[in-house]
Amino acid sequence: MAAEIAHWFLNLPDVVQALIRAIIWVLFIFAPVPLFIWWERKLLSWMQDRIGPNRVGSVTFSKRGKAPAFLKGKSFTVFYGILQPLADGIKSFSKEDLAPNASDKFVYFLAPAVALFPAFAIGAIVPWASWRSLTPVGDVDIGVLYMLAISSLGVYGVVLAGYSSNNKYSLLGGLRSSAQLISYELSMGMSLAAIALATGSLRLTDMVQAQEGPFYGAVKFIQNWNVFTPFGFIAWVIFLICMVAETNRAPFDLPEAESELVAGYNTEYSTKKWVLFMMAEYVNMFIFGTVSVTVFWGGYNALPVNWEYLANNAPGGAVWAFLGQIQYWLAFLVFFAKGFAMISFYIWLRATMPRLRYDQLMSLGWKTLLPLATVNFMVVALWLVVTALMKVSSGDLIGILVGWVVVLVAGAVIYVLYRIRKAISPGESGRLEPRTITLVDPNKEATA
Amino acid sequence: MITPEFVLFGILAAVGVAASVGVVAFNSAIRSALCLVLNFFVLAVLYFTLNAQFLGITQVVVYTGAIMVLFLFVIMLLNIGAEHFLNEKFDYKRIVGLAAGVLLFLMVGSQLLPALQSFNHVSALGDYGTPQAIGHTLFTEYVIPFECISVLLLVGVVGSILLAKRKM
Repeated sequence: MAAEIAHWFLNLPDVVQALIRAIIWVLFIFAPVPLFIWWERKLLSWMQDRIGPNRVGSVTFSKRGKAPAFLKGKSFTVFYGILQPLADGIKSFSKEDLAPNASDKFVYFLAPAVALFPAFAIGAIVPWASWRSLTPVGDVDIGVLYMLAISSLGVYGVVLAGYSSNNKYSLLGGLRSSAQLISYELSMGMSLAAIALATGSLRLTDMVQAQEGPFYGAVKFIQNWNVFTPFGFIAWVIFLICMVAETNRAPFDLPEAESELVAGYNTEYSTKKWVLFMMAEYVNMFIFGTVSVTVFWGGYNALPVNWEYLANNAPGGAVWAFLGQIQYWLAFLVFFAKGFAMISFYIWLRATMPRLRYDQLMSLGWKTLLPLATVNFMVVALWLVVTALMKVSSGDLIGILVGWVVVLVAGAVIYVLYRIRKAISPGESGRLEPRTITLVDPNKEATA
Repeated sequence: MITPEFVLFGILAAVGVAASVGVVAFNSAIRSALCLVLNFFVLAVLYFTLNAQFLGITQVVVYTGAIMVLFLFVIMLLNIGAEHFLNEKFDYKRIVGLAAGVLLFLMVGSQLLPALQSFNHVSALGDYGTPQAIGHTLFTEYVIPFECISVLLLVGVVGSILLAKRKM
């Protein structure tokens, strides 16, 4: 049966195949958005010791109404208010649509669509299972570069919304957002470049395949997920911070800081247009989560175990082979679960961290993350060269070993250099510059 | 002979030309800038259709994603509105300019079109435009110019910091 479907699919014209791939992917990221919204509200409320939405979908029958006798006075609750997003959607679409009179109308209505475009387009290179004819939508050579390029278009939606609303708060939000996105794109690119260097390819499918290789190049039954390597872990942390900043989420939600800018760039947006912005935000979160999972956490693999190797070389081969089959057929569920875990991480972060100040945001991006990502990139290059040279001169195992020792030594040297620099000029550590506020003396104010 | 590639090219080219006309035709600075964004984006897609993936994505990263964002940033910051007074009086220079433009178009077109008519294959062969091929060429054949340019860019970065930061 599966073989027949595969045969039928592969005989379709290329364009139709690509279209089917795209539709599957869009459904994959679009359908769960209500679930994400519900989960955000619910998880956030639990973290804040509240109950959260729990009413929508509950039905209580009156004791004297026309309901059948066995239903009278009974009440039914739907699972933890999971229908709440449906009610939110109906509310948003049936509300009065307000638009400011003095706005640049064309750009004002264009902005939400522009915001949604990159959210849907970024994911085209992310593989959600090992079936190469179904996923990813386009397995292009430029891979990661495509993701960075399209995510850099995400700033347009915010900037245009901020500009066209003809509102000072919106404009400030748009400006903040463009500065933030431009700053954090660089660190994100550098952290991904390190992994691209280690993999030797920009394709995400190649990255997943490389992560299925032996652990540290030596232990064959464990997969070498990038996050287990020292440089991969650092790159992952940098990517994680950058992706939160790129999606304008707390603690990097300065463009929509409600205590300063009302709602930032989307202050003047209501009903459906606002829903589009929200949708773009959630889809973006999910996509960046899945990219991070794909590049650093082994993609659609559930556990970092090489089932095929175990099936061939370990006792109890049939069990391992069966687990391998489960992994093969349920890869998409694993992938979704991992993406969902990343969304939960976003929510956790929102519940935990206070918002950054603007100067902290900039110094974190430029003075901490970018140098760290650049040094990380150099260490990867060093590791590659040393491993390759030592493999040639003194065998595979020695080469791998020396390579990892060099990485650890380089890390130690960099840390010592950092401490020395900090000892020389303690004031310039960068992250938490103390900032004093000069209060204006009311007496002087009166005379001046 | 109309192939799907030809139709695709026609659509993209039409959008690109319309966008570049919009850049000069709109009075409002922000709309001109948006047209330029669209033009750059369509140009990138054209590169993709010609199999030049790396060039196309660089176009998006550099022009659409970085430079034009800065353009918009500046336009928004200065809040440049539409310049209405430019349209008010008739100017004979417009007609002369238009005629010169048409003349230039005819001259360039008469030279280019006959040469281009013999082309049937509209995309580069094989892995011509992949990052691997470009990286290999850059780091073997053109390694010295490449390194020179990177040093030049570094000098540019340092220089701009020096200019922007009053006290070091």
